Amino acid sequence: MADHLLEVRNLSVEFHTAVGVVKAVRDISYHLDRGETLAILGESGSGKSVSSSAIMNLIDMPPGRISGGQILLDGVDLLTMPAQARREVNGRRIAMIFQDPLSHLNPVYTVGWQIREALTAHGTDGAKAQAEALRLMGRVGIPDPERSLDKYPHAFSGGQRQRVMIAMALALRPDLLIADEPTTALDVTVQAEVLALLEELQQETGMAILIITHDLGVVAEVADRVVVMEKGQLVESGTVRDVYRNPQHPYTRKLIAAAPGKGEMHAPLPRVEPVLQVRDARKTYGAFEALKGVSFDLMPGETLAVVGESGSGKSTLARILLRLDEPTSGSALWKGRDLFQMGAAELYKLRRDLQMVFQDPTQSLNPRMTVYQLVSEAWVIHPDILPRAKWRARVAELLVQVGLGPEHMGRYPHQFSGGQRQRIAIARALALEPKLIICDEAVSALDVSVQAQVIALLDNLRKTMGIAFIFIAHDLPVVRDFADHVMVMQNGKVVELGTVREVFDTPREAYTQALLAAGLNPDPDVQAAHRAARLQRA
Amino acid sequence: MLSFIRKRAVASLISLVGLIVLVFFLSRLTGDPAALFLPVEASAELKQQFRELHGLNDPLMVQFGNYVGDVVTGDFGESLRKARPALDVVLEAFVWTLWLAAITMTLVTAAAILVGSLAAFRAGGFFDRFSSVVSLIGASVPDFWLAIVAIVIFSVNLAWLPTSGTGSIWHWILPISVLFVRPFGIIVQIVRGSMIGALSSAYVKTARAKGVKSGPIIFIHALRNAMLPIITVIGDQAASLLNGAVIVETIFGFPGVGKLMIDSILQRDFNVVLAAILVTALAIFLMNLLIDLAYALLDPRIRH
Repeated sequence: MADHLLEVRNLSVEFHTAVGVVKAVRDISYHLDRGETLAILGESGSGKSVSSSAIMNLIDMPPGRISGGQILLDGVDLLTMPAQARREVNGRRIAMIFQDPLSHLNPVYTVGWQIREALTAHGTDGAKAQAEALRLMGRVGIPDPERSLDKYPHAFSGGQRQRVMIAMALALRPDLLIADEPTTALDVTVQAEVLALLEELQQETGMAILIITHDLGVVAEVADRVVVMEKGQLVESGTVRDVYRNPQHPYTRKLIAAAPGKGEMHAPLPRVEPVLQVRDARKTYGAFEALKGVSFDLMPGETLAVVGESGSGKSTLARILLRLDEPTSGSALWKGRDLFQMGAAELYKLRRDLQMVFQDPTQSLNPRMTVYQLVSEAWVIHPDILPRAKWRARVAELLVQVGLGPEHMGRYPHQFSGGQRQRIAIARALALEPKLIICDEAVSALDVSVQAQVIALLDNLRKTMGIAFIFIAHDLPVVRDFADHVMVMQNGKVVELGTVREVFDTPREAYTQALLAAGLNPDPDVQAAHRAARLQRA
Repeated sequence: MLSFIRKRAVASLISLVGLIVLVFFLSRLTGDPAALFLPVEASAELKQQFRELHGLNDPLMVQFGNYVGDVVTGDFGESLRKARPALDVVLEAFVWTLWLAAITMTLVTAAAILVGSLAAFRAGGFFDRFSSVVSLIGASVPDFWLAIVAIVIFSVNLAWLPTSGTGSIWHWILPISVLFVRPFGIIVQIVRGSMIGALSSAYVKTARAKGVKSGPIIFIHALRNAMLPIITVIGDQAASLLNGAVIVETIFGFPGVGKLMIDSILQRDFNVVLAAILVTALAIFLMNLLIDLAYALLDPRIRH
C-alpha cells in the first residue's frame, strides 16, 4: 500500500433536495503527498469544492450524504473515525482557507482572538497561544502585528484578511492545507503576493497543499499536479505541464482554449466624432477623493476598457456617468449636452441611450419577474418605443440575439445558469436600443468558458449595432481580446490610456507593467519563466 | 464609543421631550378635568373652585409652562385620592413592577436563548419541531385565560400557591409564570430564526475547519452575531412588562404600576396617571439606551 499523505478513494457525495437527489461528486479518486501541491480545476457546479468539504467534514448531513468511498489520511479513514477524534484532525492535521476571507472571519471577535482560538481549541494554553498568534501575524506579513491582534476583521484590507486566515490555518503546522479559491476575490497584484506567501510557507513547513480553483493561471503558478473535474466526475489528471500541453479529455481542451488573452488584438479604430467626451470628472465622498479628474473620449462602436484594482475609482466612474451618483465636478458631453448638468426630464431620455450591465446577474435581476417581464419592463417605462402588441415578438427577437430562445420568456431568473442570467441582463439593456452600454465587471463572476461566450456576444453587438461599450474589469487578459482602447486607473487617477496594442505590448507606466506582470498565464512554462524573472529581481 | 452613547442619549431625550408635550395636550383634549373628576351632580360653583385650585383657568400656555416646570422638578402634585405626593405613590408601585419585569425577563431571556439555539442547531429535528409547537402556543395563548386557569389549578384545586397579593416568595410564582409564557414563545422563534442564519454563515464553517467544539460554535461564534435582532425583541417585550402588565397584575392583585394606572383612571386620579405615564416612559427610554449600548458592545462594527 502506497503511503500517500491523503488519498481519496472512489468518493461519492450526494445531496437530497426538494427536486431529487443531486450527485455532486461521483466516484472520484486522487492522492496527495507531503510537500506536494495538487490543484483541483473545475468550473461552478463541477463538485470541486464538495470533495474538499468532505475531507474537512464540512458537509451538512442532511441534506448531504457521503454515499461511498474512503478518505485516507496517513492510511486512516476519516469517514469512519469517531466524532471526537475526527474533530481533532481539523486544525491540527488539516486546515483550510476560503475564497472570501471577510465573511469567513467572525466579524465580532478580534483577529487575535480568532488566531488564539485555533490553538486553544486543541489544548494550547492562553499565554502560549497569545505569543504564537503574535509570531504568526508577523510571519504572514501583517504590519504592526502587536496592535493588529486587537483589531477586528473589517479593519483590514482583502489581502490582509487572507493573510490572517493563513496565519490561523497554519497555527498548528498542519500536514495539509486546503485552499478553496484562495485568491479569486483579490486583486491581481495581491493574488501574486498571497500565492508567493503560501509557497514560502510550504517550503518552511513541508505541508501539502490542495488548491481548488477555476483559474488555469493559478494552477500554472503553484501546482505540481492537477485533476480536472466536470459535473462531479474526475475527467483528467496529471502533471500541470502534461495536462496543459497534451490535454486528453475534450472538456480540458475546451477549458484551455477558453482562457482569455490569446486572440488577435483589435487594430486601432479610425478617429471620428466622439459620442462621449468626459473632462476632468471628479467625485469626492466627504474628505475621500474617489475620482481625481478623469478625462477620455469615446467613439461610436468603440470598446473602452477601464482596468484597475479595487479602490481605483472605476466603479465610481460608471456610477457618475449613469448619474446613479452625483459627480462633484467636471463635464461629460453626450451628443453635445453635458450629462452631468441634466435635469430629471433630460435624464429620463438619456436612460434610453445609456444602459448598464452589472457584475452579479443573480442580484440585478428581480427574482419574482419572468424573463418576459424583465426585458419588456423598459417599454413600460418608455412607452413610446414599441406598441404593446409587438412586445412579445421583440422580446423573442432579443432573446435569440443574446443566444437564448423564445421558449425562455415565461421562466424566472433562478431557472437559468449564471451565464444565461447575464445574457438576460444584456437583453434587458438592449431593449432600449442604447448607444452606450456600461459593463461593470459584467463577466467577472462567470466561468471562463462562459466568459468567452458573453464577450463574443458583446463584441458581435458592437460590430452589428454600433453600440459603444465602457467595459470595467479588474482582469487584464479578459479585456485584451476585444477592447479598442484601454484606460488603466489607480487611486482615482488615469495612469495610462492608449490603444489595446500600446497598453499590452508597450506599457509605458510602471503600474501598468506591474499589473501585466502580476497577471497569471495559463501556460506553466510561461509562468515558470515569469517566476524565474521575479526571483532574479528579488 | 463615548460619542456613540452621547448621540443615542440625545436621540432618546428628544423623544422623551416629545412625550412630555404630548401627554399634556392629550390630557387636555379628553375634556374638562373638573367635569371628569367631580361627580356629575357637582354644582357650577364647586367646579369653578376646583378649576381655581388646580390652575385650570389660566391660559393654556401658562398651564403648560407650570406643567413643564412641575415635571422637571419631579412635582406631580398630590394624589387626589390618597392625599400623598403622586410621584411617591407611583414610585412605590413601580418598584414592584420593575422587580416583576426584571425577574421575568431574565428567566425568559435565558430560557429562550437556550431553547432557540438548540432548536436552530438541529433545525428540522425532533427538538426543533417540539419547541416550535410549544413556542407557537406560548406566543398565542391570551394571558388573562392562562392566569385564571393557573389560579384554578394551582391555587383552588391543588392549593399549592396563593391566589393573589404579595408577602412571600410563593406569591411571585404564578404572576411570573403567566408573564413568562408569551415573551418566551415570541423570543424562542426570533432566536431560532436568527441562529439558523448565523450557524449557516461562513465564519461558522471556518470555526468547524479549525476543530472548534459544537458548544463554543453555537454559544460563542454564532450567538453573539445572532444577538442584535434578539435584543431588539427582548427590549420590546420588556417594555410591555414595564408598562405594567395590567391584566396579570389586576388578576393577581399585584400592587404594580399597571394595576395602579387602571385604578387611578377609574378613580379619576389624574395626577397619579400623569406621573405613572412619565415614570414608565422614562424607564423605557433608559432601557432603550441600554439596548443601544448592548448593540455597540456586541458588534464592533456599530461602534465605528
